Amino acid sequence: MMRVEGFVKNFGWPRIIIGLFLVSLFIAGPVFGVNTDMSFNDVLVRFGMNAILVLSMVPMIQSGCGLNFGIPVGLIAGMLGGATSLELHLTGMAGILAAFVIAMIAAAILGYGYGLLLNRVKGDEMIIATYVGYSFVFFMNIMWLVLPFRNPASVQGFKGEGLRVTISVQEYWFHQISDFMKIKVTDNFIIPTGMFLFFAFMSLLVWAFFRTKIGTAITAVGSNPEFAKAAGISVDKMRTVSVVLSTMIAAIGMIIYQQSFGFIQMFNSPLSFVFPSVAAILLGGASVNKASIANVIIGTILFQGILTMTPSVINSAISIDVSEIIRIIVSNGMIVYALTRKAR
Amino acid sequence: MKLDNQKMKKFLTSSAVPLLFLLISVIAIPLSKFTGVYLVREIVTRLARDSFLVLALLLPVMAGMGINFGMVLGAMAGQIGLIFVTDWGVHGAPGLLLAALVGTPISILLGYFGGLVLNRAKGREMITSMMLGFFVSGIYQFFLLYICGSLIPIKSPTLLLSRGYGIRNAINLEVAGGFDYLLRIKIGGVPIPIGTFLIIALICLFTVWFRKTKLGQDMRAVGQDMTVSDTAGIKVDRTRIQAIIISTVLACYGQIIYLQDIGTLNTYNGSDQAALFAAAALLVGGATVNKATIPNAIIGTALFHLMFIVMPKAGANLTDSGMLGEYLRMFVSYGVVTLALVLHAWKRQKDKEMDRAFLRAAAGGPAPNK
Repeated sequence: MMRVEGFVKNFGWPRIIIGLFLVSLFIAGPVFGVNTDMSFNDVLVRFGMNAILVLSMVPMIQSGCGLNFGIPVGLIAGMLGGATSLELHLTGMAGILAAFVIAMIAAAILGYGYGLLLNRVKGDEMIIATYVGYSFVFFMNIMWLVLPFRNPASVQGFKGEGLRVTISVQEYWFHQISDFMKIKVTDNFIIPTGMFLFFAFMSLLVWAFFRTKIGTAITAVGSNPEFAKAAGISVDKMRTVSVVLSTMIAAIGMIIYQQSFGFIQMFNSPLSFVFPSVAAILLGGASVNKASIANVIIGTILFQGILTMTPSVINSAISIDVSEIIRIIVSNGMIVYALTRKAR
Repeated sequence: MKLDNQKMKKFLTSSAVPLLFLLISVIAIPLSKFTGVYLVREIVTRLARDSFLVLALLLPVMAGMGINFGMVLGAMAGQIGLIFVTDWGVHGAPGLLLAALVGTPISILLGYFGGLVLNRAKGREMITSMMLGFFVSGIYQFFLLYICGSLIPIKSPTLLLSRGYGIRNAINLEVAGGFDYLLRIKIGGVPIPIGTFLIIALICLFTVWFRKTKLGQDMRAVGQDMTVSDTAGIKVDRTRIQAIIISTVLACYGQIIYLQDIGTLNTYNGSDQAALFAAAALLVGGATVNKATIPNAIIGTALFHLMFIVMPKAGANLTDSGMLGEYLRMFVSYGVVTLALVLHAWKRQKDKEMDRAFLRAAAGGPAPNK
């Protein structure tokens, strides 16, 4: 009994409820005529697409900057990388590598500025990050219209200037990473091995980074800034490093998302990633000031699982589309729940 | 002379944001090519429409809870009230009063819930209230899409979706203009809805009076320092909940006033931006996260909406692209809130550092070498 209680306390009620809900959806799926292999496929693909975005939350949470509601800053760097790579007419591996390089440079610069800003507003990072994200998206919307992009595939049809809302990467680097060593189980079930390998690689990097001297210093700053300062660690510098890192991972995550989805979504699209990414890591058991890679993996599987399974199963079961509302309630409810918990 | 200088400095720092906005608008007005009468008419309309919502934000600021982005809870309660009144077919001002009557208990309940949640998130009220708004919005949508028309009877078929239950996306309000057409007078081609302005004046008086009551004083004390208030015997948590309840109820009335002027209800995302625009207006008026006055709210509403009207047109005239002006307007709205929040947080951090330096000096320790 004690062990059960300990497990419940460790794992947290929200995760248990949502985990059970997800399992019941998978069990109920075949009863209502939902293709099991297709569901698995969707969950895995979505996991691959979103896991790195969720991973990008980790450095900032560890350094005490809170949940990265300003993730659009990184996503925009990813969009810029993707669009610029298309501008260079690079295809295949070269194209996606160029996108990575450009996105990472942009993310490093933007993240540095974003980090400096967050250092000046300690204690209010989250609300300010949210608004920085929103303002920056609308600022860049102006830029997408004004910047001199010329590739006919990416600019608006008749005017020949201003980027499209969705840019297809079909002829450039579509599924470049997803299809690397893909395993075909059935016609509807193809494991995108490449994305998993890439996520594993990124996780390994983050994991290893937090074992280096700088990484440990960042964790120290996050758990007790006063103590870290007394130990001679520059708090501001460590926070900036973590923000730059978060922003760069988010930029890479965006490109992985784009190559799997087949389109670069421009303009307001980053805003739709903010709350799902934050909710996913919280669902995985992270708190406002503590997160691990395991939280990322569990959270992304649970969140994306709910997202894929509810529309198909519930719609065929009771022919009512409540999936969108379940998504809103689960993701935002999870964030509210995490914000109201006492910091550990 | 030195005193004057300091007064001047204080005036400039406290009104830097409004002055900046005035400057932006003054530059943008000629570019937009709008006539003076048009602008005055628009601003009068928008003052009547929006000031109440902005005034709803004042009390939580006083209670030290920052901008109550959770005011959308009240806005949703108001919308539910309006939907029912439209279904019952009550017109004009009585309909609006009835809508307020329906919305009040809902917003008290939601406000109480919001207050409880915010008490568990002390120090990060703003982000929590914002997420709470999104969360309750999910429940609101569930209520209107699946409960209304199935469990709760809705008579009027024009309100329902074609599938037989669930409320339509856009609703024409029968009660439109209920307050606006009470005592409307025209001065030089500018229609002035005296009825609505009287209600706004009433709420201003209420706020002034409320600040002088015991509860109002308690709220201010809690806003200054929670620990000190607690030792002084003020029930901190209860006072904070009361501040949120009042704010939510006022936001409910504010949304009703706003919608009776607009005339149509955007059922599912009509309240989304209520908090953003109200917060932006308040902050443009020179309010900060811990100090907001009635003039801040009124001046802010006028200035923010002046910019809101001229900016897209000026942008479009400059660059002949409609979207550009729209994005510019959104950027400026969000940018204002960001800027005001950043400035405030920055200042607070600096004050804290300075206090610490003083303490260290007073304790006789070595002066900080930075």
